[in-house]
Amino acid sequence: MATQTQVSANFKSWPVILALAIVSLPLIVMYLYFFIDTITDSAPGSLIPNAITFRHWDFLWQARGNRPSIWPVALNTLVFATTVTIIVLLVSSTAGYVLSRLNVPGRGFFLAGVMVLHAFPSVTLIVAIFLVLQMVGLYNSLYGVILVKAALEMPLGIWLMKGFYDTVPWEIEMAGIADGASRFTVFRRLVLPQVRPALMALGLFAFLSSWSEYILPQVLAPGAKAQVLSVYLASLIADDNNFDLSLFKAVGVFYIIPVLILFLFFQKHLMNIYGGGSKG
Amino acid sequence: MRILLDKFSKSFGTTKVIEDLTLEVADGEMLALLGPSGCGKSTTLFAICGIHKVTGGRILFGDRDVTDLPSQARSVGVVFQSYALYPHMTVAENIAFPLQVKKVAPDQIKREVDAIAALVHIENLLGRRPAELSGGQQQRVALARALVRKPDVLLLDEPLANLDAKLRLEMRSEIRRIQLETGITAILVTHDQVEAMSMCDRIAIMNAGEIVQLATPTEMYHNPRTAFVAGFLGNPPIAFLRGTARDGGFALDNSDIRLPLPVGTLSPADGSKLTLGIRPEDFGPLGDIAIPGKVSFVETQGRENLYDVRLADGSVLRSIQPVRGDIAVGNEVAWSASGAKVMVFGENGARI
Repeated sequence: MATQTQVSANFKSWPVILALAIVSLPLIVMYLYFFIDTITDSAPGSLIPNAITFRHWDFLWQARGNRPSIWPVALNTLVFATTVTIIVLLVSSTAGYVLSRLNVPGRGFFLAGVMVLHAFPSVTLIVAIFLVLQMVGLYNSLYGVILVKAALEMPLGIWLMKGFYDTVPWEIEMAGIADGASRFTVFRRLVLPQVRPALMALGLFAFLSSWSEYILPQVLAPGAKAQVLSVYLASLIADDNNFDLSLFKAVGVFYIIPVLILFLFFQKHLMNIYGGGSKG
Repeated sequence: MRILLDKFSKSFGTTKVIEDLTLEVADGEMLALLGPSGCGKSTTLFAICGIHKVTGGRILFGDRDVTDLPSQARSVGVVFQSYALYPHMTVAENIAFPLQVKKVAPDQIKREVDAIAALVHIENLLGRRPAELSGGQQQRVALARALVRKPDVLLLDEPLANLDAKLRLEMRSEIRRIQLETGITAILVTHDQVEAMSMCDRIAIMNAGEIVQLATPTEMYHNPRTAFVAGFLGNPPIAFLRGTARDGGFALDNSDIRLPLPVGTLSPADGSKLTLGIRPEDFGPLGDIAIPGKVSFVETQGRENLYDVRLADGSVLRSIQPVRGDIAVGNEVAWSASGAKVMVFGENGARI
């Protein structure tokens, strides 16, 4: 992608850019102040900041009031997102292969089931899940939310991986078998590398989705020990006694920085998820 | 190694593709399975390879019964029509894969990969990936990968189908050279009679799941057992005339043309339906059975011209002759067939 081909212009580009700029101006201003407000103070009612300060970021080195320190919460979020990603990748890559290639009993049923689950609005399940988790004793624990979130992410992952496995030519597997490799070796060394772009995209997708998940941790693990960043953020804005909008914004910026970094490095892979996967 | 299919049968669900097929391939021989699409030739190949489980009968490699062995335990090398190279590996890694699976020591793998690369002339391509190779080069890599672990049998599934005409000619002789140099037993599946005739020691021609004839290319060309075989071999193809046996001769349908039957043909019963097969090279100015007709098409092939001659009944004979300028479309000609070369087939297609 070093040299982009020059597209001959049928129209001038600056009016388009201008129009887009005007339309997106509110968004840009919003994001700009989202960041600026975390490092400045401004008089009430004024848009112009009058002092630079880092006191809104002091949550990084000290816990405020009766709130937990941000670091265990961030760690919870990281563990939550990473574990969900690993589970989703493990299950989707193997289950997708089975549904795509192996002649298992009930294959049609599972395919249809995965499809239905994928289309099912998961929020409607939350009361039932709450009851189940309480019965098995996983309520208010990170493990419980991890399992639930991974289970909800899986239908998409399985369906997606099945689609990618379908594009891998049968001949490659036949050649591997004829070359003397076991079915598992063929899967691991010949087939998996072909769907690597899909795994990257799915992993990223699952991570970002878990990182920003709010409803499940809020309902299923609201306790301080299992708190994640989204819940922490919500508790800030719900706290009417010491309401601090700048602190809320600073934690918000802290919350989206990892997402931005991931996007910066992996956006090409993320595009793959709806792109068919033949280009890596 | 000798390969024996003993009363081999294969069906998919309730569809019987092959029933009681018996075929022996001698050690070091290259045999072609030739036939139209859907005749079961690829099914037979995949059964030998072990990718398809057989429904009945036995498959023997030498004296070893491999019928129930999985493909991995059979020692076969397969070249697929699409080559099926592993796109994420370099050429060297592709060729090394079968050895790595066998857990051969790395330095020995390197030696064997280099040796086989030299044999198929791809020494300078070892570091590339399949996507960076031309069709012919990919074909060589696929051959090298199939041969590197010295299998009992080399199976080639339409290996030349994806190549352009010029490369096909080159790879035809290359594959044969490599097969002869390694002395490996090889089975080639193809629907192209030219490939089968030019590359193989013997041809097994298949139709509807059965071997119709098994013979050397020359024998099969000059002495086909049925009209199907005669029609499949030869380019331009043989022309058929349909008629009836009458008074020891041949009466062309829908016309008053009478032809004598070739000498040595057992006189068929009067009134029985016959088909005459006449190859383009056996019909021309020099023959002994005159067949009058009108030139309906002239195809220039450079060194030779192919003439279509329409007879009174509407059927068409083909004649291939050195280029001559005196014949044009619409001319009446009275060319003749060489009586000794005309083939007579009975109603069921069998040679009489």
